[in-house]
Amino acid sequence: MALYSEKVMDHFRNPRNVGVIENADGVGEVGNAKCGDIMKIYLKIDEDIITDVKFETFGCGSAIASSSMATELIKGKPLNEAKELTNKAVAEALDGLPDYKMHCSVLAEQAIIGAIEDYYGKHLEKRKEN
Amino acid sequence: MRIYADNAATTGMSVAAMEAMMPYLCQYYGNPSSLYAAGQKAREAVETARENIARCIGSAPREIIFTSGGSESDNQAILSAADVGKAAGKRHIVSDNIEHHAVLHTLEKLKKEGFEVTLVPVRENGIVSVKDIEAALRDDTCLVTVMYANNEIGTIQPVREIGDICRMRGIIFHTDAVQAVGHIPVNVNVDNIDMMSASAHKFHGPKGVGFLYAKKGLRLSNLIEGGAQEFGRRAGTENVAGIVAMSVALEEAVRRMCENTEKLLPLRDRLIEGLSKISHSALNGDRNIRLPANVNFCFEGIEGESLLLLLDDKGICASSGSACTSGSLDPSHVLLAIGRVHDVAHGSLRLTLGEDADAEQVDYIVKSVKEVVERLRCFSPVWRDLVSGKAKFIL
Ligand SMILES: Cc1ncc(COP(=O)(O)O)c(C=O)c1O
Ligand SMILES: [Zn+2]
Repeated sequence: MALYSEKVMDHFRNPRNVGVIENADGVGEVGNAKCGDIMKIYLKIDEDIITDVKFETFGCGSAIASSSMATELIKGKPLNEAKELTNKAVAEALDGLPDYKMHCSVLAEQAIIGAIEDYYGKHLEKRKEN
Repeated sequence: MRIYADNAATTGMSVAAMEAMMPYLCQYYGNPSSLYAAGQKAREAVETARENIARCIGSAPREIIFTSGGSESDNQAILSAADVGKAAGKRHIVSDNIEHHAVLHTLEKLKKEGFEVTLVPVRENGIVSVKDIEAALRDDTCLVTVMYANNEIGTIQPVREIGDICRMRGIIFHTDAVQAVGHIPVNVNVDNIDMMSASAHKFHGPKGVGFLYAKKGLRLSNLIEGGAQEFGRRAGTENVAGIVAMSVALEEAVRRMCENTEKLLPLRDRLIEGLSKISHSALNGDRNIRLPANVNFCFEGIEGESLLLLLDDKGICASSGSACTSGSLDPSHVLLAIGRVHDVAHGSLRLTLGEDADAEQVDYIVKSVKEVVERLRCFSPVWRDLVSGKAKFIL
């Protein structure tokens, strides 16, 4: 039996949406080098819709595949829907993760929430300025 | 290309060892404790194996007991010495901070029973200083346990010198020689060793069998109670086939040691040189005082498990000390012990060559590691911060 599902390996080997968005509307970074997984998510947002998303990840196979899958799941979605994305949903979409690897997929969920909050924060500031 | 470069984890079985064990599985399957001929045939095989193994390490046959492997031998050696110490009112143990968990966890257990344990930190090169060990000794020290060679970074410890000091002070000296036996010269007399652990599957023997050397007169405590096998020190019907295979594998390893080392050293050094060319990388452990087949590197900005998975795709089997490969949150205690910070320790790679390796394979490994490291750095936020100057390079 392999450690990871075919789906996980596919997203790990060919991660979708890798890279950076210059002047992103929202950026979320979670994890730290101590625990071994770091995820950074960049969002381009137009009228509360995620029009583009990119990620960078330092981490294990599970962390990279989760980031890739999570970005696929939120691309083109309204913010309120993206905010509800759970690590369980990410893991399910990957046909499951080993139990002890679930914490790596939590980071994807948290990074997205972080990026959306970052966007709201910036947005609010802009509105105040106006 | 398929390259098995994880020989410190386990090795493939020697054909001679496999052939030697087969008759004891299907033909001479008698119990060595039985008195009829079929049993005695098995008994003879076990005792011949004991003699052969004893000769390989310079001990008497009676000083060898067969166990299930390195972990059991480590446990029994340490707990036995602790019992001896306890009887004499001595409850202090000296070890170092890069031991295998079979040693460290046994010491943890003893701590809960009131023993004091001093773990002497190794130096930056992954080698413990004899002076530091000496300075840690006390009047109530009952045991010093220092491994012969480290399983992760391959560094060879000054066992002979430590053994010498222990002998002068009347302290029991145990060494976990699981990575050394069959790979570098080990002799319990020359090296002043009182107890020594070894495991067959690290020298092309089968898994689940090993031995413990205990110097004559040293009282062993049982981990397993029952029948009178192994001089009453380890109950259970002997793993006859495994023991026979272990002795054949060890004899073969010892016989070929010079030849193997001569072949492996230049390959190891070629691998080290090749990998050193990858930017922001560093060799872990002393450059020279290391096992002939061990290479261990850290690459900044990447994580070890993803490195292993991509190398596996290229047909290369290796291992890493990253947290995500161990299933714990911390990277390898050995890499932390030699001063690698967490960020860097997560990006480690251990390659342990087999005797069948060649220059072409080594070059393929170097090329593959280079590609994989570059690929992972491409989308690593840690690497981006390093390159952009937001964070400082460590390596
Ligand atoms: C240094 C060291 N000690 C102990 C062990 C445990 O040996 P075994 O797997 O035979 O229990 C190993 C092997 O993983 C090792 O490398
Ligand atoms: Zn992980």
